[in-house]
Amino acid sequence: MSGQEVVFALLGVVAVGSGIMVVTTRQLVHAALWLVVTFGALAGGYLVLTAEFVAWVQVLIYVGAIVVLLLFGIMLTRAPIGGSADLDSGNRWVAAGVAAATAAVLVTVMAMGFWDERMPLRAGGGSADALGAAVFRTWVLPFEVLSVLLLASLVGAIVLSRSDIRPKSRPAEKRPAGTPADGER
Amino acid sequence: MHLAYPTVVAALLFSIGVYGVLARRNAILVLMSVELMLNAVNLNLVAFDMWFRDRLHGGQVLTLFTIVIAAAEIGLGLAIVLLVYRNRQMIDVDRLRTLAEDGARPAEAEALDEAAPADEPGEPGLPGEPGEAGAARREEATP
Repeated sequence: MSGQEVVFALLGVVAVGSGIMVVTTRQLVHAALWLVVTFGALAGGYLVLTAEFVAWVQVLIYVGAIVVLLLFGIMLTRAPIGGSADLDSGNRWVAAGVAAATAAVLVTVMAMGFWDERMPLRAGGGSADALGAAVFRTWVLPFEVLSVLLLASLVGAIVLSRSDIRPKSRPAEKRPAGTPADGER
Repeated sequence: MHLAYPTVVAALLFSIGVYGVLARRNAILVLMSVELMLNAVNLNLVAFDMWFRDRLHGGQVLTLFTIVIAAAEIGLGLAIVLLVYRNRQMIDVDRLRTLAEDGARPAEAEALDEAAPADEPGEPGLPGEPGEAGAARREEATP
């Protein structure tokens, strides 16, 4: 094992272990915090793979933005602070079986297909310089389309979360959904 | 560096995400598990980009695009989750059954059943209650 492989294996163990903690812990806030550990370990893995720019974007967007957004969601849905027993649904053993089967198939395929392959790691392949040139030279059209998509999702999120926007044609008739009509019982 | 290391880590992370999506009940935890799966895909993209030594850096650029799409997805997903919470006061994905196919009933109707089990007509198949009438009444009950 070379030094890179040792470091990457350690980071991978951290990432997988904290990922297991994310899906098994009984406290919602702890799940979000274990997610930070997973993303940080993966960012370290990107650094080992010489993808520096992707690593920093991972830290900025995932650890900085997405986890904070998830924590806001946890707070706004008034989740219990302590442990709660009913975070897992009843089909968790089926889910564990499906996940084990998925892991077995994927690991087998990857190990059989790429066991002997080595990748040449050379510094500079993932610098901001190289990636910026690639984005704005080759991939500029997908980049622009993606910015439109981001704008659309932003507008959609605002429209969904504002409560004072209502369609004008529908009057404010509302029985709560699922309540039987009055004459029924 | 062996290519097997990142691919095996990515496969394990993906299956952890699959477990989380299937086993968790809270909608925010399901979103977190989806993030785990997206990260597994990102790791694969970066690793294969390095393996091919792509001159256009397609793998890494696609990783950046995936991160942006994940950010958009989590924003919209949380907006939907908050809307569900505002309407239902809970975000348990296995109790949100209003859009289920026939045969399944919304959780509110079941709660009403439990409150007054005597005067609700039984499930189709119980003696004395024709199945079609029961189904029609159920459809009435979910506007």
